[in-house]
Amino acid sequence: MRGLASAAVLLAVFTGSLALAEGDGRRSGYQDLGPPLQKMQDDDTANPAMLFVQAGATAWGEKAGAAGKSCADCHGDAAVSMNGVAARYPAFSREAGKPVDLEGRINLCRTNHQQAPTLATESDDLLALSAYVALQSRGQPIVPPNDAQLAALRAQGADLYRRRQGQLNLSCANCHDDNAEKKLAGATIPQGHPTGYPIYRLEWQALGSLKRRLRNCVVGTRAEAWPYDATEYLALESYLMERARGMTMDAPALRP
Amino acid sequence: MANMLVNAPRTANKGQIVEIKALIMHVMETGFRPGTTGRIIPRNIIEDFTATWNGREIFRMKMSPAIAANPFVSFSAVATESGTIAFRWSGDEGFLAEHQVAITVT
Amino acid sequence: MLRRSFLAGAITVLPFAAQATPEALEAAIKEVTGGAPLREGKVTLDIPPLVENGNAVPLTVRVDSPMTADDHVKAIHVFNEKNPQPQVFNAWLSPANGRALVATRIKLADTQKVVAIAETNTGEFWTAHADVIVTLAACIEDIT
Repeated sequence: MRGLASAAVLLAVFTGSLALAEGDGRRSGYQDLGPPLQKMQDDDTANPAMLFVQAGATAWGEKAGAAGKSCADCHGDAAVSMNGVAARYPAFSREAGKPVDLEGRINLCRTNHQQAPTLATESDDLLALSAYVALQSRGQPIVPPNDAQLAALRAQGADLYRRRQGQLNLSCANCHDDNAEKKLAGATIPQGHPTGYPIYRLEWQALGSLKRRLRNCVVGTRAEAWPYDATEYLALESYLMERARGMTMDAPALRP
Repeated sequence: MANMLVNAPRTANKGQIVEIKALIMHVMETGFRPGTTGRIIPRNIIEDFTATWNGREIFRMKMSPAIAANPFVSFSAVATESGTIAFRWSGDEGFLAEHQVAITVT
Repeated sequence: MLRRSFLAGAITVLPFAAQATPEALEAAIKEVTGGAPLREGKVTLDIPPLVENGNAVPLTVRVDSPMTADDHVKAIHVFNEKNPQPQVFNAWLSPANGRALVATRIKLADTQKVVAIAETNTGEFWTAHADVIVTLAACIEDIT
């Protein structure tokens, strides 16, 4: 629970750094929220995402798998060891020989180091740990790794971002580049920077990953959603993090 | 085990009005939503929330399906004496969760 | 609701049949007041006039009351106009609270009126209401 204590210390009111616009015209989804929801996100004692962070802080210390190790056994205090980590994922994993996102990295630890089964995609257990780890990057700039091994993935992501799809024949860029800050059916279209993941989305009434949100968008354009383990999500995530390079993380965030 | 986040000051001056916040993880299924089969998902909500200060009730709330998921409640209380502030949530499907915080009043 | 149907296609979101009627709202209020007159004033209902999502709308009810043994709010009742049922919550207070204040988050199915009623220990009922516009998410998630 130490991690949670330091999180609480980490400014119960977090508005400060996010109130500053990026200066280069980029805006995080936080800035598109109305003041009541911003207030809800800023208050660690009231933000529903913090329930998941608390569960993650507990899980961090629990031994698991045949190796009988907890995250803490290798990584110690998450506030120290996980500081800035979420801000540089997806990253290329030498262990796995492929790029992984944060949830993927957590599962690699589960299988390779704890000898425990992977945590199911979008499960509460996985999201709790992801939220707890992501919290340790709150307030930090997004710094995707300058890794040549990620280049192909990012290029694929950039391509997917601009590709029209679905019955509505829309690409990500159509809404989030060309029409960002305008309204779509009463909702403000955000620029789509993944500064806050995993997010507590009011629409879901639960915490969810970037993958879930992207899948949501794909379904939104009435296209057939890629399966959860498809590289398309990873490609888009990598591209989006690169597009958001330098922006301040506000995970775990609240979004409508 | 229920997951709750309660925020109450650890210390207070006698007579001071303190703010208490309680957040608990719960789906608060309204009983009005159709699931993927088209059939209504049965109601599953927290209905009763009470807070006591050294056993005396200081707040009680009856929730309906109109309370948002992962219910959040905030209320105030006059700090009278040191002791325990206890919280209790109960609802459908035999849901019961309890939590205590200690407070020192000087 | 038409905009949402256009974007959601075959995915239904809310059963249109289930909706509180003005009569149900009146009946729910009467159940609490027993027909006693509702006075406007003393109650402040803090709720955003426009919400991005109806699933979690922050709401605070404050009542101007000394909260003494002789003069205090003993209950706060909140109702809505267009959800499937009119109750939102009931909260019971006493001088032990020091302040007549309750904050929570509620679900609003549609743009509608929210009504807060404060019941005092002397049997008076004070009320305030607010109109809330509820906007919906543009892109719907396939729940399978």
